[in-house]
Amino acid sequence: MPLLEVKNLHVSYSARSGEVCPALAGVNFDLGPGEILGVLGESGSGKSTLAAALLRLLPSNGKIQKGLVLFEGKNLLEVSPQDLRRIRGGRIGLIFQEPSSSLHPTLQIGQQVSDVLAAHEYLARRALNEKTSQLLASVFPVDAERISQSYPHELSGGQRQRVLIAQAIACGPSLLVADEPTASLDPTTQKEILQLFGTLRQKLGLAVIFITHNPALLASLADRILVLYAGRVAEIGPAAKVLSSPQHPYTAALLRCLPTDFAEGQSARKTRLHVIAGEPPDLSLHERGCQFEPRCTERMEVCQCDEPAVNAVGELHEVSCFKFAG
Amino acid sequence: MQPLLRVENLVKHYAAGRPASLKDKLTALDGVSLSIPSGETLALVGESGSGKSTLALCIACLEPPTSGSIWFEGIDAAALGENQQCLLRPQIQLVFQDPASSLNPRWTALDIVSEPFLVQGRFTKPDRAVRALQLLDRVAIPRKMAARRADELSGGQKQRLAIARALALEPKLLILDEALSALDCSVQAQISNLLLDLQSSLGLTYLFITHDFAMAAHMADQIAVMYQGRIVESGPSEKILSSPNHEATRSLMAATPRFIETPGVLVHF
Amino acid sequence: MRYFIRRALHAVFLLFGVSLLTFLFSALTPGNYFDEMRLNPQISPETVAALRAQYQLDRPLPVRYAHWLNAVAHGQLGFSFAYNNPVAPLLWARARNTLLLTITATLLAWLVALPLGVWSAASFGRAPDRVLSRTTATLLVVPDLVLALGLLILAVRTGWFPTGGLVSDGFDELSVSHKLRDIALHMTLPVVSLVLATLPMLVRHVRASVADVLDAPFLRAAAGHGIPQRKLLYRYALRAAANPLISLFGFSVGTLLSGSLLVEVVMSWPGLGPLLLESILARDLYVVIGGVLLSMLFLVGGNLFADILLYLADPRIRTAASAE
Repeated sequence: MPLLEVKNLHVSYSARSGEVCPALAGVNFDLGPGEILGVLGESGSGKSTLAAALLRLLPSNGKIQKGLVLFEGKNLLEVSPQDLRRIRGGRIGLIFQEPSSSLHPTLQIGQQVSDVLAAHEYLARRALNEKTSQLLASVFPVDAERISQSYPHELSGGQRQRVLIAQAIACGPSLLVADEPTASLDPTTQKEILQLFGTLRQKLGLAVIFITHNPALLASLADRILVLYAGRVAEIGPAAKVLSSPQHPYTAALLRCLPTDFAEGQSARKTRLHVIAGEPPDLSLHERGCQFEPRCTERMEVCQCDEPAVNAVGELHEVSCFKFAG
Repeated sequence: MQPLLRVENLVKHYAAGRPASLKDKLTALDGVSLSIPSGETLALVGESGSGKSTLALCIACLEPPTSGSIWFEGIDAAALGENQQCLLRPQIQLVFQDPASSLNPRWTALDIVSEPFLVQGRFTKPDRAVRALQLLDRVAIPRKMAARRADELSGGQKQRLAIARALALEPKLLILDEALSALDCSVQAQISNLLLDLQSSLGLTYLFITHDFAMAAHMADQIAVMYQGRIVESGPSEKILSSPNHEATRSLMAATPRFIETPGVLVHF
Repeated sequence: MRYFIRRALHAVFLLFGVSLLTFLFSALTPGNYFDEMRLNPQISPETVAALRAQYQLDRPLPVRYAHWLNAVAHGQLGFSFAYNNPVAPLLWARARNTLLLTITATLLAWLVALPLGVWSAASFGRAPDRVLSRTTATLLVVPDLVLALGLLILAVRTGWFPTGGLVSDGFDELSVSHKLRDIALHMTLPVVSLVLATLPMLVRHVRASVADVLDAPFLRAAAGHGIPQRKLLYRYALRAAANPLISLFGFSVGTLLSGSLLVEVVMSWPGLGPLLLESILARDLYVVIGGVLLSMLFLVGGNLFADILLYLADPRIRTAASAE
């Protein structure tokens, strides 16, 4: 029984001029308990929209047009506001981008973590404080007390990120959605945070949706990878398979763009990298056919007319591309 | 042949908190020395707080160093007076990490690229427009985007615009301070190709500041590793990558996420 | 601490400057109290001359200012020609009445403005917000004078409220509770008038500051953690929007003495306003200076108060201040 099932999710934004721009156009995927799904997408792919839409936290000009988000058997798009509030933070933890602006600027860290606990559990003050200290100690092995009394602007980027993680796991959710959690961090801090995610999965059995634009981050962390392009799922499959033998032309092109690993010697130094020609599509133009077609090196005539259906290319590995159409 | 840029024993202190005692100062740079031959790329790798950005600001003559010398084409830039420094600055240009905050979002692409001409008082108005368009061509921004406002451009286009603006005054040295870090992978590839093309066609020298070892390895002839205000290791890229000596270098290399494209094999951290 | 010392010194400097300017302006305006007296045939010119000498009106300006400054340092604000009384007790008695009015009105206005503003911001663009915005806009446009007069007419027509003054006749014979009730009844209309005059601006400011913050990432993040709506609005949004509002509150405190002049005059409330008005018309120099100085004291004090509140409320300001 999957923990989360997303079926045919369509989300769009309306611009001030009244134009409707589709951000997600039919996203489907499943997530099992304790599984780590890496969502790989570049700017404009709709990855942040996906994170926000799961918990109905879109900005005021965003609208979920249709679809189903089944979490622990309930459709999140139709639950009552009270139930939704309980699920947010209680059953699903959310970590938005930008740790520097995701914390309240004038409340102490300890207070902000306590507030999350207080929102879901009925605890007396002392129990609340104790639980807050324990929580902070679990993400800050040293210095937890000092951090608790600090304000966000006194912490480094990595420390803030840990606070966000503490808030997200505070009430023992079964799913964590993390949108670019390591984007603005140093490599060393980034590695620590990734290790923290791994530990959390091990100790708490958390399922994680890890959203990023950097494929290399997912190599060591994800069980499966979902590749998002122009609001649609291009490819989804086991991480090792997707990264080593990508089937969708976009995935393959994206992975080719990365500089060759430096352990391989420097024969490729200062040579041109592969690029994906063109720019990501302007979704407000509502173009027909496959969205990747203008930039695809393997395009065919049919790609201009219709959107490709999903085809299985291996065990649990699916691709939306006419190359594999029956 | 003298190097284009040679930095010797650069020290930079900032006063931290109340300047009551000497202990209260913050040492951002603690005796940094490096040199870049003309036409080459030096990658400066280090974590945040290692002093990379301070070094960039000092070399670009935007922050006076506390002591030490900065030799640019044989002239000690740090010892120059304000007026003479102004003449030197166009030759050293900076490109920053976040194009959204280094470009005025309300200006059009053309205005942004023409701004250096206006500031320096060069060229007549029609001449400026022509040169600005040429610069946009050089960085492969389509002409139809020239009239668009900066906030309507994509991340990659904004960064190209920042590079075009930096090229306006025909600099010799371009300091790229984490210029690729905020970009998507495919866009990083495009911009790095652009930078390589510009280097070979214009003979530019780059100081490429980054915390991404993979990009440093790809772009640079030399690598220098910074740690707590000092350069702890430096040398030709091959040497640093194949046999890193210093602890800081090794830990940075270990922290760089990598995977190798051998089917079925993934290198983990 | 240096932060406060600097701010306090700045305030003192300001007060000096204002006192000098006020003194100069009032001393240099044409005419004085004694001109009025000269027109009165019953008073002989010799008496007028003697009075002028007594009040040192024929000494040069700097000397008068120096004398006056010395007196102020000793707590005396000079002498009122019209009331034949020292200025300080006169001012103070009136100021007490004014403060009674304005403190009540200010507290009431803020207590009502905060929830209204927050509610308005939370329902931005929808019906409650639109209704509230139109109401505040209308109230803003109506001149304070019209509001006050309108309420006065109401009092006259309905007889529910007294039409002016602080107390009724025969006040002294009332019991304590009746005395309080009497004052409260007399206060009602002026307070309502003041509240109606200041409420619209406050509500709009609260609405604007909170609406700004409602789009902030940390609020969406807090919503994502399941924090309930009430807490989101008050503990998170309002607190983050507090800075401009605290400055505004400081301004409210600053205008405690000066903001009610019009209402006091219309409603015959024996406060500082009518006193100042009379004194200006009668060229009663020292009362005017004293009154203006007192008002300025409050204004500068109010700003200092806002600075202190900001320092206490916003940790980022504390960090920046200690780094100076």
